[in-house]
Amino acid sequence: MQAVFKIHRFNPEKDKKPYWAEYTLEVDAKDRVLDVLHKIKWEIDGSLSFRRSCAHGICGSDAMLINGKNRLACKVLMMDLGGNTVTVEPIRGLSVEKDLIVDMTPFFESYEAVMPFFINDDAMPAREHLQSPEDREIYDASTKCILCACCTTSCPIFWVNGSYLGPAAIVQAHRFIFDSRDKGGAARLAMLNQNTGVWRCRTAYNCTEACPRDIPITDVIGQVKRAILYSNT
Amino acid sequence: MQVHKYDVIVVGAGGSGLMAALYAKQNAQGTVAVISKLYPTRSHTGAAQGGVGAALGNVDEDHWEWHMFDTIKGGDYLTDQDAAEIFAKDVIEAVLELEHMGLPFSRLPNGKIAQRRFGGHTREFGKAPVHRACYAADRTGHMILQTLYQQSIKHGVTFYNEYVVLDLILDDDIDGKTCKGVVAYELATGEIHTFHAKSVVLASGGNGRMFKVTSNAHALTGDLTSIAYRRGIPLEDMEFYQFHPTGLYKLGVLLTEGVRGEGGILRNASGERFMERYAPTIKDLAPRDIVSRSMYFEIREGRGCGPNKDYIHLDVTHIDPKILEERLPDIMDFSRTYLRVEPTKEPVPIQPTAHYTMGGIPTTLNGEVIWGTTNEQKVRGLYAAGEVACVSLHGANRLGTNSLGDLIVFGRRAGVAAAKYANTATLEPIAENTDARATDLVSRIRNASGKESVAKIRLEMQQSMQDNASVFRTEETLSTQVEILRGLIARYQNIGISDRSEKFNTELLEAIELGFLLDNAEALVHSALNRRESRGAHAREDFNERNDTEFLKHTMCYQLEPGKTEIKWKDVVLGKYEPKPRTY
Repeated sequence: MQAVFKIHRFNPEKDKKPYWAEYTLEVDAKDRVLDVLHKIKWEIDGSLSFRRSCAHGICGSDAMLINGKNRLACKVLMMDLGGNTVTVEPIRGLSVEKDLIVDMTPFFESYEAVMPFFINDDAMPAREHLQSPEDREIYDASTKCILCACCTTSCPIFWVNGSYLGPAAIVQAHRFIFDSRDKGGAARLAMLNQNTGVWRCRTAYNCTEACPRDIPITDVIGQVKRAILYSNT
Repeated sequence: MQVHKYDVIVVGAGGSGLMAALYAKQNAQGTVAVISKLYPTRSHTGAAQGGVGAALGNVDEDHWEWHMFDTIKGGDYLTDQDAAEIFAKDVIEAVLELEHMGLPFSRLPNGKIAQRRFGGHTREFGKAPVHRACYAADRTGHMILQTLYQQSIKHGVTFYNEYVVLDLILDDDIDGKTCKGVVAYELATGEIHTFHAKSVVLASGGNGRMFKVTSNAHALTGDLTSIAYRRGIPLEDMEFYQFHPTGLYKLGVLLTEGVRGEGGILRNASGERFMERYAPTIKDLAPRDIVSRSMYFEIREGRGCGPNKDYIHLDVTHIDPKILEERLPDIMDFSRTYLRVEPTKEPVPIQPTAHYTMGGIPTTLNGEVIWGTTNEQKVRGLYAAGEVACVSLHGANRLGTNSLGDLIVFGRRAGVAAAKYANTATLEPIAENTDARATDLVSRIRNASGKESVAKIRLEMQQSMQDNASVFRTEETLSTQVEILRGLIARYQNIGISDRSEKFNTELLEAIELGFLLDNAEALVHSALNRRESRGAHAREDFNERNDTEFLKHTMCYQLEPGKTEIKWKDVVLGKYEPKPRTY
């Protein structure tokens, strides 16, 4: 079948402002959007620039706005899009470097801000820490995060206030706060209780809808809110 | 040009690179930095699924000797037995260390790390499958990558992300070679950076993109194997390339062997569990080389599935859907997303997919890169670990889960050794124009205006490698492929690109990567042509048997000039497990 791809393009070395480029090409219903972008790059215009690596939804490189929704280009098939005209834009709220490539620095700064690492200064056991399957299950969903930024850059609060740490950083904090082996929960909850933290969330559910890993992000943020309310921090 | 000075530079931010960096930082008196082509969390370690094998014995009785034996037999006795011994012992402690870093392993009811069965891992030297693979659902690699990156943040490791290494700073001395750093291209700006260092650890991963159907990420273009090869370092055992049996049909996306570890069964068109005929004892859990070949035999005999009889079915319909969703959620997702197949109700179409290179840059047990054919001929200051390296733990065929174990065991050893070397070395002067080779490469390709298309040459390479040098090989197909590659290398000199910009020039990057891939393909094919026997993943239809008299030795492939190589040999480290016929 034939598809029309409208891609939001911008090369800072040539273009005064971004523009829409249109490409018409043959595609297969089972093509990933990433396959079509590659076809454009490899057969029509080599300068089209985007990030990608694993091509099956695990590395988190190719988050983009596809038909107005944040998606991984490698996890959306043409047949999912319900039409032959497809718009592709860079994810929002981060500055565009070139075409579909955005500056991820602020995103990773927010990630690093929540102490996204295991904290436990006790003497380590000779073998593994014991953890029941039930305790392991509590934070299972948030371990799936691939840091693709689909959630954070779909959040209307993040768009208007870049100092909000954003859903992805909160998911990462949740992964440790609710891990029975971790001892850094209080410090993380205190950080997320600040005005850049969870109270910015207005439960728009955009993040949950955008997550390619099916993490119930809004619920995860809600769990952190409750943990702050019911703890002594 | 910018010049940066560090004590230790690590190239690559996957499992081995991050492990090396963490240990280099702990052991070095000076500074450590990691250079990565991708953001670290994009590295392909994150795509590993099923588990990391270690004889914890949490489910079944297990011993490191059994793991060592399985690794050697799995490698068809080309595995260096000293490497396998260190590995099987150290990986136990390394897995516990990952848990102590917070890695969220799945758990048994008693709270211990959960373990599952995997191909070629057995109890009592081959009697039956053993639960050895420590797993975190079907995203074990993802959790290893995340955990190690988290630790890197905790310990303040310095990263240069989206920098592409284009050259080694390598001096030839009277008595060998010395590495003094690397030259890299910053993707965001197009600038060339010189990283002047006392020691360098290469941990940049594999080269699967030389094949058409692969589980490998687009980024896996064998950059550092090619650069080392161009600079006079041999590539070891490159003919041993692993095809993972269960890639999604046509796409090659990996479905973990853990699916079969949890009870999944391979079936041909008539529904027969054909692995019972090829590996009567452990059946579907035979090592990957054997299963991939068996699948091809079935397809050749007309027993493949589908209208073109060109794929096999992976059947999990008999397994409790709750277990599937709990232990293999991503596998379920991939089948549904990409093939629109519901695994709980219907079998999943699969085919072998190019997955892992057993070969690579030759190293000692401490990750020291060697330039000759003995372990004494070391490149001073240069280390390698993980898939880019060949230590040789995996021999002629890697067992499932041993890649993740390799990263943490040998990544750590390389990091420690590189730091200790840096602590005693001085930062030796480098030439003024040390970046010339990289600068020339970039400017030549940026301005390339020839008629040949990078995408077209790449596709022809991938298709021809798949046809002539994948699961089965003959003198004829390999000789044909040698000529095809020579033609492609010649045409590569005449490529053209359209993007001349400095910032994020991914067209330029892809063109450079194609040059790297062609080198990798060349080393693979020349090495394969030279090895007139069948061993592990290298199956020669014209030399069906393993030939220990002539070929129980490692290939060392040197590039003389593009298209022309010289093959030397290196002894295999034998030991207590004598080579025996390999049956399962």
